[in-house]
Amino acid sequence: MKVAILRPAGEFDETHAQDMATIRRPWQWVVLFLFIGALYALPLYASQSIASLVNRVIIAAITVQGLNLLTGYTGQISLGQAAFMTVGGYISTLLVSLAGWPFLAALPVAGLGAGVVGLVFGMPSLRVKGFYLVMATLAAQIIIPWFVRNAFPDVLNGTQGLNVPAPVIFGIEFNEPRRYVYLCVTVMIVSTIAAYNLSRSRPGRAFVAIRDNDLAAELLGVDAFGYKLRAFFLASVYGGVAGVLAAHNLRHINSETFGLVDSIFFLGMLVAGGLGTNLGPILGATLITTLTEAATLVGPLIFKIFPDAPAGATASIRPLFFGVALMLFLIFEPRGLAHRWQLFKAAWRLRPFSR
Amino acid sequence: MNWQLLPQFAVSGLLAGGPLALIALGIVLIFKSTYIFNFAQGQMLLLGATITWWFAVEQGLPLGLSILLALAASALLGLLIQRLALRPMTGQPLLSIVLMTLGLSQTLQGLTLLLFGGAQRNFPQIFESANPYKITTPFTTDGNPIVIILKQNLVWSFIAAILGVILIGAFFKFTRTGLAMRATSEDHETAQSVGLSIQRIFALSWALAGAVATIGGVLLATASGLDLSLSLVVLSAFPVVLLGGLESIAGAIAGGLIIGLSQGVVVVAKDPVIRGSAEIMPYIILLIVLLIRPQGIFGQKRIERV
Repeated sequence: MKVAILRPAGEFDETHAQDMATIRRPWQWVVLFLFIGALYALPLYASQSIASLVNRVIIAAITVQGLNLLTGYTGQISLGQAAFMTVGGYISTLLVSLAGWPFLAALPVAGLGAGVVGLVFGMPSLRVKGFYLVMATLAAQIIIPWFVRNAFPDVLNGTQGLNVPAPVIFGIEFNEPRRYVYLCVTVMIVSTIAAYNLSRSRPGRAFVAIRDNDLAAELLGVDAFGYKLRAFFLASVYGGVAGVLAAHNLRHINSETFGLVDSIFFLGMLVAGGLGTNLGPILGATLITTLTEAATLVGPLIFKIFPDAPAGATASIRPLFFGVALMLFLIFEPRGLAHRWQLFKAAWRLRPFSR
Repeated sequence: MNWQLLPQFAVSGLLAGGPLALIALGIVLIFKSTYIFNFAQGQMLLLGATITWWFAVEQGLPLGLSILLALAASALLGLLIQRLALRPMTGQPLLSIVLMTLGLSQTLQGLTLLLFGGAQRNFPQIFESANPYKITTPFTTDGNPIVIILKQNLVWSFIAAILGVILIGAFFKFTRTGLAMRATSEDHETAQSVGLSIQRIFALSWALAGAVATIGGVLLATASGLDLSLSLVVLSAFPVVLLGGLESIAGAIAGGLIIGLSQGVVVVAKDPVIRGSAEIMPYIILLIVLLIRPQGIFGQKRIERV
């Protein structure tokens, strides 16, 4: 579903490496480094609240990138992404505060731990698919928080949850949003490169083949079940890493920190951004997180417009904004913002001719 | 296990399964004709119960009239949902349709909050809550017969719910419209080719599902009060639908009773973790069903295997 890549006359690729290159022009390097530089320099010019919003956007983007590998590329719908964030968050918290591990060691281990749990809940994809698989992942979203609430109450502290220490790396404590940005941006760069390269190598092509027609994929020699499990594993690793970042950012975690509603939100971000594109998760996470942030600002205004609105109406804006935005996207822009961006680029190249 | 408690909790569990069956029926109704699994059923139920509360308590109308008005309102809401949200999704992939009903669930949740707020409310009692029924069972402990105590409203909600399910089943079996709906569920194109307007039937299914959701919501609210968490009950109803079979009305009853019974029985255990597992029991059963018999007890065997 790619828009044809139109390039100016006289521009050729002479080697395979050139053909596969992501960055083709020097100015693209400049733009990329300016963007990354602007993110790293954020603490210099942004306020605490902006920095904290950026942190939340990045954490959401990382988990949606994982969901994109599973749902966008492999076509397996998952309502359990937030549950794997819970797993990652708890593992890292226990490793850092109980076992005294350094944060840098706990982060990947927590990600892998979440990945293993993801494998377990990916098992039903051996037998069922489509809507039935949605129900199996929903089971993960119900059972994992229950387990956290009820199992090992002396370690996991039941419904109360745990306090999470601020991460310490090389003696630097990341204890406030503006410092935390460095951590989030670094992890996001790594995760984006990994997801991007994965999507255009053998596993990525296998994922897409399974999504488009799993029978045909198997006839071509793609091990459908194996790759589905790998997609589940990867999605859960991304979720686990994002969960670690979120838990250490919030400094507290319990079974409700990442709930079913969050899983629904992540799917919504994926659709708003664009399924099966690498830009989509970042765009979608930015849009939806900013929108729900705007909802907390708009909420109190309700009482100015409707003075007799019932108590609790301020909390209605967040689900309302999200729900309406998601429905509008599904009806009018089902391919998401990433597709719109492709169209815009194509139109720019064709200018001044009409599309 | 506290065996002497088993009859009590088994029977209460079964009774709680009645409303579950009714909620599951709402989902089955929509799935049967449109192949859409409605994740927003819980929010439709919440909105229906809240509208009933609004007519009955805020506006001071008699309860019977309020329920009728709420039924009409929720049927209208079902029509609107079908027309505005689901009709544009015809022919779209499963993911879009799943997400549409999920988006719908958030929208309806927000709408309920915006219009009525999220406070905990007392719902008018439909059935008498005093004078519970006492049934003496043939079992004994230490020579004393075990007596089951059943709240009247629990019993009557159960009877109302099961009656509702049977009524809808009869509607499907014996009326012309019901026949048309069954034909549509068989095959959309064939139904169209014999002159049925499938869009009208889709609309009718949504309207009917809206009304069924309202009845379920009222029955639950009258038993346990009305607040936002009412919409979460549907999380126990999803497994009911899969257990019974996605297209089966009889399956909704059987699934509701089995899930209700399982939730009642684990409460008898002495171990607090097993007792606490009542809330995830539906999902444990769901996973077992998916592994052993994905089409459910009465479902049609056309599930795609991988």
